[in-house]
Amino acid sequence: MGEKRFMKGNEAIAEAAVRGGCRFFAGYPITPQNEIPEYLSWRLPEVGGAYVQGESEIASVNMVYGASAMGTRAMTSSSGPGISLKAEGISYLAAAMLPALIVNISRGGPGLGSIQPAQSDYLQATKALGHGGFHAMVFAPNSAQEAVDLVYDAWEYAERDRNPVLVLMDGCLGNIMEEVELPPMKALSDEDLPEWSLTRRNGRDYQGTITPIYTEPILESINAMAGETYKAWEEEDVKVEEFLLDDAEYVVVAYGIASRVSKEAILRLREEGYKVGMIRPITLFPFPKQSIRNLDYSRVKGIIDVEMTIPAQMRDDIALQVLERCPIHEYGRSGGCLLDDDGVYEAILEIVTGGNDNG
Amino acid sequence: MAEYHRSAMIADSPSGYCPGCLHSLATRLISDVITELGQEDNALNVISVGCSALNLLYWSGDNLSVAHGRAPAAATGAKRANPERLVFAYQGDGDLAAIGLAEIMSAANRGENFTVIFANNQTYGMTGGQMAPTTLIGQKTTTTIYGRDPATTGYPMKMCELISQLPAPAYVARFALNSPKGVRQARDGIKKAFQMQLDGKGFTFIELLTNCPTNWKLSPLQTLEYMNTNTIPYFTPGVFKDITAKEADA
Repeated sequence: MGEKRFMKGNEAIAEAAVRGGCRFFAGYPITPQNEIPEYLSWRLPEVGGAYVQGESEIASVNMVYGASAMGTRAMTSSSGPGISLKAEGISYLAAAMLPALIVNISRGGPGLGSIQPAQSDYLQATKALGHGGFHAMVFAPNSAQEAVDLVYDAWEYAERDRNPVLVLMDGCLGNIMEEVELPPMKALSDEDLPEWSLTRRNGRDYQGTITPIYTEPILESINAMAGETYKAWEEEDVKVEEFLLDDAEYVVVAYGIASRVSKEAILRLREEGYKVGMIRPITLFPFPKQSIRNLDYSRVKGIIDVEMTIPAQMRDDIALQVLERCPIHEYGRSGGCLLDDDGVYEAILEIVTGGNDNG
Repeated sequence: MAEYHRSAMIADSPSGYCPGCLHSLATRLISDVITELGQEDNALNVISVGCSALNLLYWSGDNLSVAHGRAPAAATGAKRANPERLVFAYQGDGDLAAIGLAEIMSAANRGENFTVIFANNQTYGMTGGQMAPTTLIGQKTTTTIYGRDPATTGYPMKMCELISQLPAPAYVARFALNSPKGVRQARDGIKKAFQMQLDGKGFTFIELLTNCPTNWKLSPLQTLEYMNTNTIPYFTPGVFKDITAKEADA
C-alpha cells in the first residue's frame, strides 16, 4: 500500500519523478509548470540529487543532456513556448540516444499565447518535437494519479529505448489538487547505471563517447533502428482507455483534461439514453490506432474529437484509422478558454441528435 | 634534449586539422597536462561545434559531444551528476562568444567547478571563415569582405575581461600560442586550472589565442606574425583573475 497524499498535479509529477529515480533537474520558470522546479529545488538535494535553475530552456535541456550522459536519471519541464526552445536539445537527446524525461504542462498558443491551460501542443509532441524526424514516446495522463504512475516508470521506457520520453499534460491537471497514492522510492545503485554511461572510467577499459554527430552510413542505420523502435512501440506500448464502447453509436476521442470533461458529459448523455462512448489515448505516440480502426462502423455513426484547442490537432491521426467509414466531428475551446461540462454536453448532444453536420 | 612522442590522449590517427592550425597544439597541451596529472581515465572532454568537433576523431579519452554553444550547460549537467570527473569544455569563438554567450556567462557566474578552454582564432573556421564575435576591426572575412566595420558589427568581444568581472570564477587567463614562451605559459595555465578544478576551487577559464591559416588566407608562419602585430595588441595575454594568488598573499 502506497503513501497517500493530497497534491497538486505538478507536485505529484515532481515527487513521482524522485521516487522513479530522478536525480537531476534543470529548468527555467514558466507558468503553469512552476511547482515542478520549485518542488524539486528542495526535494532533489534531500535525496542526493542536483537541481539547477538554468539561464534558459535551451541551457536547461542541455544540462539534462550532460547529466543523462553520466547515466543519471534526468528531467526538465516547461510549457509550450519553453518546449519550443528545448526542441534543439530534445533532438540532440534523440540523436545521442540519451534517455530523459521532458514534461510539458501545456498552455494556450501559438506564440507566448496565454498562461491558461490548453491542449495546443499535440502536433508538436507527436510529430516534430525537434528537427530531424525523430519521435519520443508521449504520455498524456488525465489525473494526478495517472501522472504519478506514468512518470514513476518513465525512465524504464527511456532507458530501454535510449530515447527521451515526453509527458504532455495541460495546465488544468498540473494545478488540480487530487489525492494520489505514491509508490515507494526505487532503490538504484551504481550497478544500475547504464553500461553506455560516461561514469568514471575505473574498471572500464574502452573509450566512452556520446555524440549527436555521425558519419552518413551510421546515421542512416541509427535512423533505421529508431524506425524499428517506433514500430515496436505500436505493438507493445500503446496505452488506451476504452469507455462504454460496446454499444456506442458515437465515439468521443479525447485525452487529458478533455477526456475528464467528456466523461462527465457522456455519463449524462447515457442517462438520457444516448449511446455515446469514448476512446482515451493515454499514449499519444504511439497512438492507439487499433482502438479506432477496429470500431464496428456498421453501428458507429460518428466520431467526435474533443480537444481543448481549435482547430483540433488529433483529427488527422483519427481520420487515418476511420478511413471515411463515418463522419468525424470536432469540438473544442482554445487560447486558454476552458472546456466545461455543459459546453461539451451540449456539443455532443447536438451532434448525436443530428443538429450538427459539420463533418 | 626533448624527445618527440605522441601525447597519451591523442588518438593514433592522422590529424585532419589544416597544416599550421594551432588547434593541434592546443589539443596536445591539454593531453600533456591530463597525463601529467594522472587524469587519463578521469577526464571528460565536452566537445563543442566547429573545428573543435574534430576532437571526436583525435581524442582518445571519454567524449561528450554537444550542441553549438551549449558545452557549458552540458558540462554543468555532467559535472553536477558526477563531481569526481575532471570535466573540461573546448570551445571556439563563435561557439562560446556568439551562440553560447548565455551558457558561458551563466556557468561562470554560477562558479561551476569545471574548466572551459576557449580557442580564439577570430573566425568561424569550420563553416568557411565568416565573421566571429572576436574578429578584429578591419579583419577581412567572408561576411566582412571589406574588413570588420564596428559601425555595423560592433567590436571584438573580450571574454576574459568580461568573465573576470564576475565574483564566482576562480581562475581566468589568456595565453597566445604563437611563441614557445606563450606555449609554455599556456601549458602551465591549463595545468593550474585543472588542478584548481580537482581541488574544488570553482570555475576556471583559459583563453588560447590561436590562428586559422586557411581562412585568414596566410601561411602558417604569417599567421604567427599576424598574431603578434594584430591579435595580441587587442587581446592582451595575462592572468585576469586567480583566487589562489590572493590565498598565497594572505
